Amino acid sequence: MLKVRELRVSYGGISAVKSIDFDVADGELVCLIGANGAGKTSTLKALARMLPAHGEIRYRGDDIVHWPAHRLIGEGLALVPEGRGVFARLSIAENLAMGAYCRSDTSAIEADLARVYDLLPRLKERAGQLAGTLSGGEQQMLAIGRALMGRPKLLLLDEPSMGLAPIMVQKVYDVIRSVAADGMTILLVEQNAKLALSVSTRGYVMESGRITLADSAAMLLDNPGVREAYLGGD
Amino acid sequence: MTTLEGKRRDPRVALAGTLLLAVALALAPFAVGAGAGIAWVRVIDFALLYIMLALGLNIVVGFAGLLDLGYIAFYAVGAYLYALLSSPHLAGAFPSLAPGLHWPIWAILPLGALVAGAFGVILGAPTLRLRGDYLAIVTLGFGEIIRIFMNNLNRPVNLTNGPQGITQIDPIGIGGVSFGRTLDVFGIGLPSVYLYYYLFLGATLLVVFVSIRLEDSRIGRAWVAIREDEIAAKACGINTRNIKLLAFAMGASFGGVAGGLFAGFQQFVSPESFTLMESVMVLCMVVLGGMGHIPGVIFGGILLTLLPEALRYGAGPVQTALFGKVLVPPESLRMLLFGLALILVMLYRPAGLWPSAIRRREFAGAGNSPENGAGSERE
Repeated sequence: MLKVRELRVSYGGISAVKSIDFDVADGELVCLIGANGAGKTSTLKALARMLPAHGEIRYRGDDIVHWPAHRLIGEGLALVPEGRGVFARLSIAENLAMGAYCRSDTSAIEADLARVYDLLPRLKERAGQLAGTLSGGEQQMLAIGRALMGRPKLLLLDEPSMGLAPIMVQKVYDVIRSVAADGMTILLVEQNAKLALSVSTRGYVMESGRITLADSAAMLLDNPGVREAYLGGD
Repeated sequence: MTTLEGKRRDPRVALAGTLLLAVALALAPFAVGAGAGIAWVRVIDFALLYIMLALGLNIVVGFAGLLDLGYIAFYAVGAYLYALLSSPHLAGAFPSLAPGLHWPIWAILPLGALVAGAFGVILGAPTLRLRGDYLAIVTLGFGEIIRIFMNNLNRPVNLTNGPQGITQIDPIGIGGVSFGRTLDVFGIGLPSVYLYYYLFLGATLLVVFVSIRLEDSRIGRAWVAIREDEIAAKACGINTRNIKLLAFAMGASFGGVAGGLFAGFQQFVSPESFTLMESVMVLCMVVLGGMGHIPGVIFGGILLTLLPEALRYGAGPVQTALFGKVLVPPESLRMLLFGLALILVMLYRPAGLWPSAIRRREFAGAGNSPENGAGSERE
């Protein structure tokens, strides 16, 4: 599905991502964990073409490193941006409709909308309400729902737990789990390493712009170094 | 996009309302002319021009959320284009063009829309990455640059006649009927300002129609998405660069049309008509009326054209009645009261005088709208 080779991202003269390689296979949930400033979000933004990048990003065979961002959703690559990025002054229903902006298959859109509402019943109850009036957790779910409306093949999730109350974090992760269980391929960027690894099949650990560890989620959870650095040790 | 504008009305009521409005609009110049004098019909003509401008700026500021403080530049472009293409002026610089160019209005207005739209893209292209304050500064500069060009393009080739402006512009004429003098229709003399009223009304209705259609279109939804969150808009597959440029171009083209009409109406243009104050005035109409809400913007345009005029005429007599003499010259008092009115509106109606339902709810505060759930207000 996704094959990244020698990806480099820099802001001005400062390089945030220093030549990293990783892969995401079909149906996998892969997480990218690491501390604040490790380059996780820059990596994801580069994949979503929101930042200029160098190297190779092979998405289903095509090198997309120079593609414009707006082309990706049509090819099945959807980003749920950091900080949620819902359209605050549009209603929930309108937000979800924007997710299907590039599609014209009306009946399939209707079906997908029904599926998203099944997954996120809270949103259905409040379809006419402005997205800006939702709680943070509900906004995060709306952002995920909106991305799903584009019928993605690969979902990029940027820090879905950021700024949420613990109970909402659990709920958001329940949604991620069930989306993954339906066979969606997901690349998850997360600071909360324990949580991310608990839902992932594999994980990569990033440290100051480089990938320092790559292993199955279970092995990473057991890795003494990872426990020490990211899981609060014990 | 569906609106949250409340229940659909009974079609018969809607039809009756539309007819009533049509009759009122058709008779307005006669009523105003008889009741308040012909000068006020002229004020109403200007109100219509400002409505067109405000609706054009509303596309950029209200729909796409791009703060533009130099909008009057596009009005200037349209006005000067008309002035050059429909006056003897160019014959002065290019004797081969004697007796100047005298193009018909139906050729100039579309060209004006096109040229102004191109200027919109020229402004939009370098400012694509800017938002908010920074965009405001650049657009403000752009507006001033255009005005200063108009002021100085009388040398080495006299294009704009500098600060003196261009005079002797042909009045607008359609099919041999000149709008510049009284027209006799079945024994009723229609003064020039009445004729312009009907022309401007037609143009305004067209602009309103285009605005409404744009708002409901895919493009309109893309503008709103960009206004709300640019990254999310990109992630939804919106080509933000093109859509933003389109907002600048569309808004500018409205301004260009209004400018052309203005030049024909006044038969005179000079850089003085296109100062920063004018840009600010149009922006006030948009913000005060209700950003992004077409009826509100129209209301803002009418109000902010009529209010200063009313203050101009009313301030003197009121003072004489109250104090026996004029204490503050009406001209100074006018801007003072106007400023006061703006402050009061922004304090007590921050979403504008007639905001859309969405903005009203937003300003009323979060968390008070679950009762709107279940799609009850929606079509």
